[in-house]
Amino acid sequence: MTDPLTPVLTKRWLGPESWTLRHYTELGGYAALDTALQTFPDDLIALVKDSGLRGRGGAGFPTGMKWSFIPQAKPGEEPTGPAAKPKYLVINADEGEPGTCKDTPLMMADPHSLIEGCIITSWAIRAHYCVIYVRGEIVHCIRRLHAAVREAYDAGHLGKNIHGSGFDLDIVVHAGAGAYICGEETALLDSLEGRRGQPRLKPPFPATAGLYAAPTVVNNVETIATVPSIVAGGKDWFRTMGRERSPGPKIYSLSGHVERPGQYEAPLGTTLRQLLELAGGMKDGIPLKFWTPGGSSTPLLTDEHLDVPLDFEGATEAGSMLGTTALMIFNETVSVPWAVMKWTEFYEHESCGKCTPCREGCYWLAGILRRMVDGEGTEADIDTLLDVCDNVLGRSFCALGDGAVSPITSGIKYFRQEFVDLCQAQRRHPEVDRIVELSGASA
Amino acid sequence: MTQAPERTSDQDDLPPVPEGHVRLTIDDRIVDAPQGELLIRTCERLGIVVPRFCDHPLLDPAGACRQCLVEVEMGGRKMPKPQASCTMTVAQDMVVNTQMTSAVADKAQQGVMELLLINHPLDCPICDKGGECPLQNQAMSSGRAESRFVEEKRTFAKPLPISDEVLLDRERCVLCQRCTRFSRQIAGDQFIELLERGAHQQIGTEETAFGEGEDFQSYFSGNTIQICPVGALTSASYRFRSRPFDLVSTPGVSEHDASGASVRRDWRRGTVTRVLAGDDPEVNEEWIDDKTRFAFRYTQAADRLLRPMVRGDDGELTETSWTEALERAAQLLVAARDGQGPEDEDGHRKQGVGVLPGGRVTVEDGYAYAKFARLALRTNDVDARARVGSDEELDFLGTRVAGTGPDHVSFGALEEAPAVLCVALEPEEEAPIVFLRLRKAARTGTAVHHLSQWSTPAVVKTGGRLVRCAPGDEVAALGTLPDAVAAGLAQPGAVVLVGERAAEVPGLYAAVADLGARTGAKVAWIPRRAGERGALDAGALPTVLPGGAPVADAGARAALASSWGLPDAAGLPADAGRDLGEILRATADGELAGLVVGGVALDDLPDPDLARRALEAADVVVSLEQRRSEVTDRADVVLPVAPVINKAGSFRNWEGRDRHFTTTIDPSGGSAGRVGGTAATTLPDCRVLDTLAVEMDVDLFTQTPQATAAEFARVADALAGHRTRDAANALFAASRRSASPPAEEQHVETHAPALRLATWRQLLDGGALMAGEPELAGTARPPKFRVSTQTALRLGIAQDDPAELEGPRGSLILPVEIADLPDDVVWAPARVPHPDGRVVTLAGLGLAHGGPARLTGGSRASERSSS
Repeated sequence: MTDPLTPVLTKRWLGPESWTLRHYTELGGYAALDTALQTFPDDLIALVKDSGLRGRGGAGFPTGMKWSFIPQAKPGEEPTGPAAKPKYLVINADEGEPGTCKDTPLMMADPHSLIEGCIITSWAIRAHYCVIYVRGEIVHCIRRLHAAVREAYDAGHLGKNIHGSGFDLDIVVHAGAGAYICGEETALLDSLEGRRGQPRLKPPFPATAGLYAAPTVVNNVETIATVPSIVAGGKDWFRTMGRERSPGPKIYSLSGHVERPGQYEAPLGTTLRQLLELAGGMKDGIPLKFWTPGGSSTPLLTDEHLDVPLDFEGATEAGSMLGTTALMIFNETVSVPWAVMKWTEFYEHESCGKCTPCREGCYWLAGILRRMVDGEGTEADIDTLLDVCDNVLGRSFCALGDGAVSPITSGIKYFRQEFVDLCQAQRRHPEVDRIVELSGASA
Repeated sequence: MTQAPERTSDQDDLPPVPEGHVRLTIDDRIVDAPQGELLIRTCERLGIVVPRFCDHPLLDPAGACRQCLVEVEMGGRKMPKPQASCTMTVAQDMVVNTQMTSAVADKAQQGVMELLLINHPLDCPICDKGGECPLQNQAMSSGRAESRFVEEKRTFAKPLPISDEVLLDRERCVLCQRCTRFSRQIAGDQFIELLERGAHQQIGTEETAFGEGEDFQSYFSGNTIQICPVGALTSASYRFRSRPFDLVSTPGVSEHDASGASVRRDWRRGTVTRVLAGDDPEVNEEWIDDKTRFAFRYTQAADRLLRPMVRGDDGELTETSWTEALERAAQLLVAARDGQGPEDEDGHRKQGVGVLPGGRVTVEDGYAYAKFARLALRTNDVDARARVGSDEELDFLGTRVAGTGPDHVSFGALEEAPAVLCVALEPEEEAPIVFLRLRKAARTGTAVHHLSQWSTPAVVKTGGRLVRCAPGDEVAALGTLPDAVAAGLAQPGAVVLVGERAAEVPGLYAAVADLGARTGAKVAWIPRRAGERGALDAGALPTVLPGGAPVADAGARAALASSWGLPDAAGLPADAGRDLGEILRATADGELAGLVVGGVALDDLPDPDLARRALEAADVVVSLEQRRSEVTDRADVVLPVAPVINKAGSFRNWEGRDRHFTTTIDPSGGSAGRVGGTAATTLPDCRVLDTLAVEMDVDLFTQTPQATAAEFARVADALAGHRTRDAANALFAASRRSASPPAEEQHVETHAPALRLATWRQLLDGGALMAGEPELAGTARPPKFRVSTQTALRLGIAQDDPAELEGPRGSLILPVEIADLPDDVVWAPARVPHPDGRVVTLAGLGLAHGGPARLTGGSRASERSSS
């Protein structure tokens, strides 16, 4: 087997002071920008469309198509409606999905690839203002981005008349305040506007009324950082990697019980078996029990799924989702109900509270799971869990609720017996005894 | 628009879809709905009730509670998730299945309901909302009988006072955000917000979040209680007082301002327990201000008058029978009218009686006062304006306002108007319902301009368009309006709203009329009190006959005489009438012998001291009052009259729209109508005046409000032809007595530089109708002086420092706030309630809008304020 790694985004990471403009430029950085600035914006959008690039934030929406939704003035016509408004590019760098660690190292090691991507994308969608919304907790990363943006301004890559093209762009690095929900694009926009970060009602979609009610593209860090390589290498080169409907390279972040956890950039469609090999196999040789393909919001998989091609289609066919390609790998020592409880507690903590199913559902589900893990569950609780999950899935305002129930439903699907075993010692609900005692029925 | 024919096998038989509509299927019924309509509304029109909490037809959709999920099929394909019908709009060929026909929708709704209840305390038996609670009702219709939730419930400390008037129980809250959306969208008062997240998400204020900060200060906070779909927001004044199913609900009309807001009064055992907003899309939509909502206890006040009183020879008022009181009043009034009262040393006898009905009369009562003055007292000396008025105002009202209706300018017209200019009107303080509609208009594109002195909250919340001018300079400012404002007013549908305070600035009414003529904008007049507009049309003004015709018009007098069954117009007084100031001055000067006074508080008058002198000087004072007052204390006969809850009638609101109401509590209605345990036999003013007139051998035919209304309608029709819209018409000028004497030149000592005073009243300033409502008073805006930064610097006063405002007849100390006034101007509230019950009015201090005033700060004011 040939080396499955395809370092495109990660190729500069290991260089000395890889984050500097000097290093980035030495390796050909900002060359794609010149190419792009000489390309008509619509042709750039077509290029990205044809490359088949899909959003790396989890949903896999075709990037070029998203850009083409931005209403633009028709040549020779006075723009009206949203087309007459300024356009904005917003980079979602609020990487918060449990297990996900790809955007942070990218911005740490190679911030200029993101900045170059931002400039090219802004040119394509005709935006003159771009915001990078960074997760507030990663202060070191925010500092590095600030420094990189400053460098880019100093070098004339940002500001007025970029590279003499007449194109102006400002980039603002904005720190979030530590809410998972602000990774949801409309909540992110509200947060950016200084409001409470909660998802907005759609329609209108950000493409017509996003930031400050103006047409806005919201893209993930990895997506935009990929753009310069497409401009430089072309769509055909890009399509040499990955699969027909999910082309290109992808940063897989492996964590948990593997020998060498970390980021592995490989073509979309790579399997866990291949990735495990790259990561030196399971830690201490203890066999794999379960794993998530893309963070805790994607239904977990088991050792049956070692050969599932990890791209958007492959993961879906296996009953999960590709998500953020955050592979959390657990060996046989880990209790599924315990892991599911910890994840659910995360969602309970991070549910924004806007809608009933997610707010109350996560609270309830976490409560049941805690009780089960404490050995006070009953088999009826498993049915209740599944039914509550059913009442949350597809009923909540945004996808947070859907993600929250994924570990529970998939955990019970593959490991129901573990949940049942927890209840073995507890034939009768403790509450029943308490009620009997309180009501005097036992006397 | 709804068509819901039975489904036929052949849909080709259906008529074509109307323009701007779409055709869809809901629960197997085909329906046409206007484009953009929310599914939940279409369902409502079909009679399909989809349960909901966050949805409110007057608020922007939120989609937060997820209770209204339905199944939707588009293009033959079911959408993978059930959809919130409160956020999804109708579309052509959409197929919708609600809980009635879809198991998925039904389960989704039941699931959401169960989730809503897991952290709810289920304390319906002790909850104010129990019995009228959407959560309780919908838990029955769409919920499980038993919960599967055995975990611990989330708890919060409760109740949390978010203002003096509104209490929050966070455990009961379902976080539908109706209250925060109302505050943000409708009222514009952003004092409550969502805090925290997840299951800890809660409603709160700056104070509940950080331990300090501003209260939920809003004139509209009570609406949040009413639209709360659970018992999370409760009223401090109603909490634990009664159960909804023990209450009788009677529709009514607000007596607190000139908007005529529809209300619902809930009462039992002769006592109103609460007032709720009525639903009238054309007037107040579903909102009322807090004064209308909470100020109703004045009818239960200890000083409420329930029996007639006559002042005996000992000078004391003693209770007596109606018969005796009316006889005595008639005897005294006849003597005063005919100049048969006591002679003074010079052998001079006073003659004539003036009538001051007050500005809170119903149309019927106002008409009765107008007719009583002209027939029983044979005079035009009647003026319902208990405030600063002017001759110019009488002309303006007579030619521009009398007889106009909602087809001239209405609430709806404000919403549609491209531009509105408010002149001498601070809508939030003086006409809160108008403010709400202006804010709604401003949110949908109307340019709302204010000619005023500073950016008041109302200015800010209606778009912040201020045309600033110094007080008294309004006329000049109207002549030199910024181009954008003038151009806006020139558009079709533009409106100029002028308040009653225009009378305080000479020439302002004429300038407003001129502006209307110049730009084509429609001009509407908005008084502060509920009865003023009705009193105008009823003829309770010195120059205006019932129906709005000028007194000097002999033809109008003849028509009126014939309507009133008089042999000829000679039976009607033809002399021009005295206005409020002239009546009081003539009485104080010994010309007029007597006064008939309705609901007038002397402190409200432009010159309270003159009024006191007049009452002292009068031979006869007959007072028709609800509660003890300065007037009853000086009256010879006190006739108790019924408050609005004890009578029927109507208020004519500023639009000219009649707002009829029936008796809420019938005082003669047995135990149900007993007032505070005392059988109250108070009568409407029109009935009292009718009987009093009979004692004076005159028939008014105003025995009941219904009879009065019918007669007034007939008379108004008969005189309609005599109304004039011609401002130059000499008849109105001829209807006036000689111009009032110029105001005495007021000398302000100039050891501190004089400022010009700007002033108007605040909504909650301890007015007579706010009695017995400490919680409401607690939500009042704190009275403050306002000056510009420059002026403050010049006077050496800092923000929040106390300062002293001095007038010829006293001074007032309040803290100072810096605002964007013109330099050398001080704004002060016109009426300041004192904690000890005293009221300080600027008029009482001898100060007036546009006039000079002196403000001093620093140590002297601090010493005085602390002493």
